[in-house]
Order: sequence, then structure tokens, then C-alpha cells
Amino acid sequence: MKSLAELQEIRDRTRNQVILRENNDNAIRVLVGMATCGIAAGARPVLAAMVDEVAKRGLANVTVTQTGCIGICQFEPVVEIVAPGQEKITYVHMTPEKAIRVVNDHLVNGSVVTEYTIGANSK
Amino acid sequence: MYRSNVLVCGGTGCTSSNSELIISRLHEEIAARGLEKEVNVIRTGCFGLCALGPIMIVYPEGSFYSRVTPEDIPEIVEEHLLKGRIVRRLLYQETIVDENTIKSLNHTPFYEKQYRVALRNCGVINPESIDEYIAVDGYTALGKVLTEMTPEEVIDVIKRSGLRGRGGAGFPTGLKWSFAAKNQADQKYVCCNADEGDPGAFMDRSVLEGDPHAVLEAMAIAGYAIGSTQGYIYVRAEYPIAVKRLQIALDQAREYGLLGKNIFNTGFDFDIGLRLGAGAFVCGEETALMTSIEGKRGEPRPRPPFPALKGLFQKPTILNNVETYANITQIILNGADWFASMGTEKSKGTKVFALGGKIKHTGLVEVPMGTTLREIVEEIGGGVPDGHTFKAAQTGGPSGGCIPASQLDIKMDFDNLIEIGAMMGSGGLIVMDDTTCMVDIAKFFLEFTVDESCGKCTPCRIGTRRLLETLEKITNGNGTMEDLDRLEELCYYLKENSLCALGQTAPNPVLSTLHYFRDEYLAHVVDHRCPAGVCKALTNYYILEDKCRGCTLCARNCPADAITGSVKVPHVINTAKCIKCGACMEKCKFNAIVKR
Repeated sequence: MKSLAELQEIRDRTRNQVILRENNDNAIRVLVGMATCGIAAGARPVLAAMVDEVAKRGLANVTVTQTGCIGICQFEPVVEIVAPGQEKITYVHMTPEKAIRVVNDHLVNGSVVTEYTIGANSK
Repeated sequence: MYRSNVLVCGGTGCTSSNSELIISRLHEEIAARGLEKEVNVIRTGCFGLCALGPIMIVYPEGSFYSRVTPEDIPEIVEEHLLKGRIVRRLLYQETIVDENTIKSLNHTPFYEKQYRVALRNCGVINPESIDEYIAVDGYTALGKVLTEMTPEEVIDVIKRSGLRGRGGAGFPTGLKWSFAAKNQADQKYVCCNADEGDPGAFMDRSVLEGDPHAVLEAMAIAGYAIGSTQGYIYVRAEYPIAVKRLQIALDQAREYGLLGKNIFNTGFDFDIGLRLGAGAFVCGEETALMTSIEGKRGEPRPRPPFPALKGLFQKPTILNNVETYANITQIILNGADWFASMGTEKSKGTKVFALGGKIKHTGLVEVPMGTTLREIVEEIGGGVPDGHTFKAAQTGGPSGGCIPASQLDIKMDFDNLIEIGAMMGSGGLIVMDDTTCMVDIAKFFLEFTVDESCGKCTPCRIGTRRLLETLEKITNGNGTMEDLDRLEELCYYLKENSLCALGQTAPNPVLSTLHYFRDEYLAHVVDHRCPAGVCKALTNYYILEDKCRGCTLCARNCPADAITGSVKVPHVINTAKCIKCGACMEKCKFNAIVKR
């Protein structure tokens, strides 16, 4: 390594792995239901897509984490987004493609993807 | 991209309670469930809460598992990593708020009052990965120094930060650097004192084990500041994990060109050599340490000349402690004012204390200078366990003194501690309760210094032995009032006449216990009694007649046949035959046996 730019390049590349370990109380939490019901319905690729997309967008203030069964197994895979001071948004019947859209529309641009929410799907 | 990071403590404490096996079991279980690409297992340095080891923390949830065993691993992987259900029974109890809520580790009493500068990366990054160190701004400070600052500016920042040496004496670091910078020579040296020898101190080990690159980077910065191209780390051979990680870090830094020739293309050369100490306490003294690096027998020499003028190989040298170096990069990155904003008027920044002895949370804590002893012991340390009461805390190991309960509200910094007859030392903090005999403690530390005195100067070689003999006389019940006076006189003689700090500070444990606990010395000398029941010669075991049920358990367990009595009749101990092993007291189910 002969320049600061190279150092910066390594830093940027490795930063994502370490950022996960910072205790951020104000983070927006993305909870992916990963109980037996969720996994059976395909939550694992949804979780992977979420993690990758959040990393790709460099969303430092977003924590993607898994959670257990929240009791609406017929709607799995379920993704919940909890932002401090805001009402929880619950997305249902998720797929990796939908997950990517949720990251871009909801987390990046701040507009809830209404058509994927539980409200739009439970009628 | 990993979705989860599992951090397992790879410090010495957790390693000795099997964290290596935990890590290999984790890898097995994770592979068995096909999660290798999703879950990253990282071996980190010390988290600080050694009492609860082996420690594991799972991010992003931040679940803090304590006292994990290899048998717990399948459950953790299956439940938490696969299904997202936190294994509550293994959580650190202080993090559980209620049925559904877990608070962040940073809000538990142990961590809440801490502020981590020197330990910032310990328990966060993988110390064997230079990439992870770079990810947390590693080597950025070196880059900044080499490309944007002059050596004078570097020294000025360190001076203005108010950083003082963390090894014990508290000499201003910036001033030390400026002396060495001023002296012209064809070669200068930057040394790191990692010969941490105080019983009960392990902060330097934890920094080396948890964040070795921070020390290397700071040494390179120091090299640039004083005009040196060669550094040496003198580390105890008794710290095998630290030595191994330092070696890995050195190799990685050289491979990346962060040590070696022409660093960052600025024409600055710097490299570091590793030297292992053979375990002599005196080699923590600066002149003895440098003599030892030169390959000679580790003995101190008189100063002046000071190392800044004639140090290693007779060349200008600076020697700083591990924890001092661990602060340097943060001062460069965050500025002198940031560092100076923490602490007290004359002691800036934070200090790491190694909590040990009679305390609930044994471990490492880093707090701003000026935090009271009460906050450290009672709030962070969780207080004295098992219903006992705090008697005193020993700071600075065998060179320091004790702080009695009446001084619990002292603000811990360099000058306040010296004022009450203790010293900061390297930051070992051994807590003692009402079952500790203060004369016995003084004797313990003197035994250590007698062993470790190098023998070069008479006051230390013979003086420490005479001190120990007098203390032995007192604890054996043969002490006289004249002995107490002679003890004190000899202490002052040692302080004034010894060649190096080892002998000069060796009497401190005696002087401070004499000062604060003279009543205990008097009890030994006048009443032939050890109030804490520690000194065997002055303690006898008795059976309380009203509590003894005559179960015969004690008599059957007595190795000396000193207990007599028949079934259902209170027993009696024959004190002439009793060897005071305490086996009877341990076995008695009715608390009928006392020592006094």
C-alpha cells in the first residue's frame, strides 16, 4: 500500500462488516420473521436479499435482524420495519424481489409500499 | 454479506475457560445448518467482563451471552442463528428488562459509566485481521500524521492533550517525546513497555490481545515525531496470546507497507522488533528494560542520563506503556481538545482499571479520570459479594498503597492517589473485604518484591528482606511495638536510597497499611490477635456449644484428630493439636464452628 487512497479503499470495503457491531439505539430495525413458519415459507432468501440491499445502499442507520414467530403464520414471510417514534409497518408474503423494493422505496425514500402491507393483504 | 456477526472473546481469561472449543463448535454447528455464508464467527479481544466468561455476543441483535459452554452451542445456533429466538437462559441477567425487552449492553451498570478509548476495539474487531482494524479507521491517524503534520505539530498535539504515561509514574507523554526529539543522533529508538508485571493488572495484555495494530500505529507515529526509524516492543513471554497476535499484526502491517520503507510514499521508514521478557518484574523499569533489550542481564542503572538522551544502545529513546500508545491514534484523529475535555485538571482522558479480588464483576473497566472509587467498585464492579463489606482497595500493585473505605469518594487520578499515599500504578485495583488481614496483605506484596528485587542495590536487596522478616514476626504473633517503629523507619530508608522504582516503591504497601490500619497491626502486636482471622498463628478454631448438635461430622473430617466428643453431645477442639486447616468449619452444617 502506497497511498491514503488505497487505505480508504480497504476501509470502505471492510466497513460494512464491522458496522453491524455498533450498538445503535436509534437505528431503524428491519425484523424478518425466521421461525419455522417463516423459514418454510421462504424467509431465508428474503433475509439475505434485505441484508445485501441494505449493504449495497450503505444504509448505516438500518439494522436487519431476524425475529421469531409473531403469530401470523399464514402471512409469512413477514418483514416488520420499526423506526424510532413511528408506527410499525408490517409487510407480508414477502419475496426477495419485494424486499429489494421495500429497501429502495421505504428505507431509502421513506415511502411505504402500501400494496405489500398487511392492511392491503388481509381483506 | 453476512447477516449476523457472532463475536466470541479470545482474551486470556475466556480462552482458559474454553472459548477456543466454543469457536470450533460454532463453526461445526453453523456448517451443519448451511449458514456459513450468513453468519460470521469472529474471535475478538477482551470484552472486560471477565467474571462472566466465556462471553459471546451476537449482532445485530446485540445479545450478550455469558458463561457459555461448548454444550450450549447447538442450542444457540439452532434457536438464535437459525430461528431468530434469543436463548434467554444464557443472557447476561443485567440486560433483561422484562419478558419481551432486552436492553443494550451499553446500558447495563457495568458498561454504562465506562468510556472506552484505549479499549475501544477490544471485543469489537478481530485482532488477527488488519482489514477489520482499518475498517474502524485504523492507520488513518498515521496517514494523517505523515501527510499533513510536521513532527513538531504531532508533539504539540500530544502535549496539549495532557496525556500522561499510563505505566505508573504519569509523566507527560508529549514532554517525553519533545526531549527525545530535541536530541540529535544518527539513530533513535521508540520502545513499548509491555512487561506488565503488577499482580492483578492485565489491561496491557488485553490491548495487545484485542487491538495490537493500535500499538504498532502509535509507535510509528511516535517514530515520526521524534525522528526514529526503529521500534521495539518488550513483551512478557508469559503472554503467549499477546505475543502471537503481535507477530501476526507485525507481519500484516509489513505486508501492507504500513511498516517498513517509505510508508505512504512519504519517505518515512519505520519498523518494529519484538523482544520477549523472561519474566523479571524489574524489567518493567525503564533502564532495566532497555538493558534487557540490548541482550544483557535486566538490571536498572542510575539516571541521569535519562533515556531521552542516552537510552537503548546509548541512543535517544522514548519508552511508553501499551495503554499510553493505545490513546495516541484517537488523540490524533479527534484532536487534543477532545482528549483534554475528559478527566480532571491535571489528569486528562480515561484510565483502564483491572478490577480483581473481592468484587462481583472481575474484569477490565475504562472510565474518565476523576471517576470516584465508589462508582468503580459499587456501581460498575457490582460491589463486594457474599454479604461482606468493603475494607480497602489496593492500587498500583506492589508499588502502590491501599485506599480505605473512608476514602471511597476519592476522585481517581494521578495526583489524588499520591496525596493519600497510594498511586495509580498501571491500574490494578484489588478489592479487599472484611475477611482480608491488612498485615497479611502487606506481607504478600513484600514476598513479591523480595522475590523480584534484582539485587543490584543493597537497600532494596536487603531492605525488602528485613521488611518481610519483620512482617512475618508480627503475623506470627511475636511482634513488638519497637518493630512497628523500625518497620516505618526502614520503609523511609528504602524509599530514599534504592536505585530504581522497584525498591523506592516497595515499602508503599507497608506504609499505607500502617497509616490506615494501624489498629490491625496493634491487634497483632498487643493483643496477639488477627481481627480478620487470616494469620494462622494468631487464630484458633472453636465450637459453639449452643449450636453444635453432636453430629460428629467435624471429628470424622479432622485430619489431626483434634476434635473430641460423642454423638449428640457438643464437640470440643483441642487447640494444641489443631493444625488450623479449616476442614471442620467447611463441613459443619450448623455454622457451629468459628475462628477467632
